[in-house]
Amino acid sequence: MVKLSRDERIFHTLGYIFVGFMALICVFPMYLIIVGSFMSNEVIVKYGFSLWPSSFSLDAYKLLFSNPKHILDAYKVTIIVTACGTLLLLFLCTMTGYVLSRKDYKYRNKFSFYFFFTTIFGGGLVPFYILAVNYLKFKEHPLIAMIAPGIFGYFYVIIIRTYMSKIPSSIVESVKIDGANDFVIYARIIMPISKPILATVGLFSALGYWNDWFNCMLFVSNKQYYNLQYYLYTTLNSVAPMNAVMANANISYTSPPTHTFKLAMTIVTIGPILLLYPFLQKYFIKGIAVGAVKG
Amino acid sequence: MANPEISNNIPLQKKRRKGVFYELFIKHPLLTLMIAPAVIYVFVFSYLPMAGIVIAFKDYTYTKGIFGSDWAGFKNFAFLFQTGVIYRVTINTILYNLAFLTVDITVQITIAVFLSELSNKYFKKITQTMLLFPFFISWVVAGAIVFNILSYRFGVINNILTYLGKEKVDIMNNPVIWPPIIVFFRMWKGVGYGSIVYLANIMGIDQEIYEAAKIDGANVFQRIKHITLPLLKPTVVILILLNLGNIIRGDFAMFYNLTGNNALLLDVTDIIDTFVYRSLMTMQNYSMSTAAGLYQSVLGFFIIITVNAIIKKVQPDYTLF
Repeated sequence: MVKLSRDERIFHTLGYIFVGFMALICVFPMYLIIVGSFMSNEVIVKYGFSLWPSSFSLDAYKLLFSNPKHILDAYKVTIIVTACGTLLLLFLCTMTGYVLSRKDYKYRNKFSFYFFFTTIFGGGLVPFYILAVNYLKFKEHPLIAMIAPGIFGYFYVIIIRTYMSKIPSSIVESVKIDGANDFVIYARIIMPISKPILATVGLFSALGYWNDWFNCMLFVSNKQYYNLQYYLYTTLNSVAPMNAVMANANISYTSPPTHTFKLAMTIVTIGPILLLYPFLQKYFIKGIAVGAVKG
Repeated sequence: MANPEISNNIPLQKKRRKGVFYELFIKHPLLTLMIAPAVIYVFVFSYLPMAGIVIAFKDYTYTKGIFGSDWAGFKNFAFLFQTGVIYRVTINTILYNLAFLTVDITVQITIAVFLSELSNKYFKKITQTMLLFPFFISWVVAGAIVFNILSYRFGVINNILTYLGKEKVDIMNNPVIWPPIIVFFRMWKGVGYGSIVYLANIMGIDQEIYEAAKIDGANVFQRIKHITLPLLKPTVVILILLNLGNIIRGDFAMFYNLTGNNALLLDVTDIIDTFVYRSLMTMQNYSMSTAAGLYQSVLGFFIIITVNAIIKKVQPDYTLF
């Protein structure tokens, strides 16, 4: 171990304190939510949320799981939308990225600009909303409404294109001589080599779909098709969702767990992320660093 | 299917004469077919709505449709400017973005510099994991957190104040305190991501420079001041410029969820994006909402053009177009 000089000791101490403090701040709110979800509702109504678990009760979770139909519906919707959306996005963006990476494709810069222009100028929310509702009939097809708006991202295309243009063209040439066409080259040669970038883009896209609530809020009116985040949103902002759960749960309350129910719902919503996070975070860190070098 | 072997041998002159159609459909029909879905998608979802801009110049009613509605000239814009609402939301949007930029960059670089110097591997790994966590949380959940901590009747802060025998404070409805809260949560959500970006850049710096400085007797503070920060500067300048390009655009989900769409706070929390949404959904005023959106789009467009011109001067490698 290298011996540290005095200035380094001071600096390291400051560093451990500052970074440690910030790191705690980042997870602390989650701790508060977890603590709150396990408290007794009466105590919260009386004293409010606290730093320490001053009481213990499973009422909120019991209620939630006694009639899990709504939350399961929301899970189903979110999983379908996330899976389909991410797969479609990967397909669309890698295919586009591949074509744009082909230096012998003369109009690739023109196409790039065609895509890029939409990132600096757009019609805004209202024209998009009218198009989606009046012409694309998003309100009648809730799943499409949640999947379609997110399956293309110019930023993803750029990352993929950059990655693919680094693949040596000699590989492509050798397969071409064997008579493979462009689509076969893309599907059989380029895609397998590009697995790392597919993983990165796929994870970011999946996170985006998982956390999306805006499209659901705009287009979905049938409660059956609420996704997790929007279902959580309605739970946090009104008592109707909890009452709906209580109506079919055979539990009677003198005072229903109004507050703890919201927190329990929050925990159940982000459960998969909490569980997967430790395994996935290193891929995200890698992915962010890859993007960082590019600027 | 054109054989690439043959088409590559066609003389340049001949290629040019055959033009766009030849390039797209004869020489590379499959590539064109492969890019077609994205071209069509972007046309439908991005270019078609641009035609909807005409709504801003009309009295849009649902029954008459976009093209049947009566023309209104600049009436919708005049309304926005006369009531002054557009100034308020523009100033809010810009001030928030400037505050985000300053706070985010400062905190993120500080953390990245510390992480690059600290030697304890486990500490670095664990704190990075913790710092990145809020990035995975949706703004809806962040909204629940805000209520949990700040609520007047139930919030943690007021709970502590009561415990200490102090008066409760009404944070949720107090406009003065909200800008710092929003800036804080924005910092909170992005701190992990940003510090990883800067850390990756610092790690790219040649270690020999540090060794040489050490031998010359530079202490850690001097090394950071004279090596790390100057070498980070190009990245920071680019990130600042890119952010300035988006200075007129706001994060709707963040503002909407953190403030809970609280009407009492609108003076300090209303940004262009929330205003556009509200005029559409609550007031059902399609035309005015489109006008506000168009104003944002056009202004943003010219800001980006300007920023790009600046980048071209400072760092030609990083230009957007």
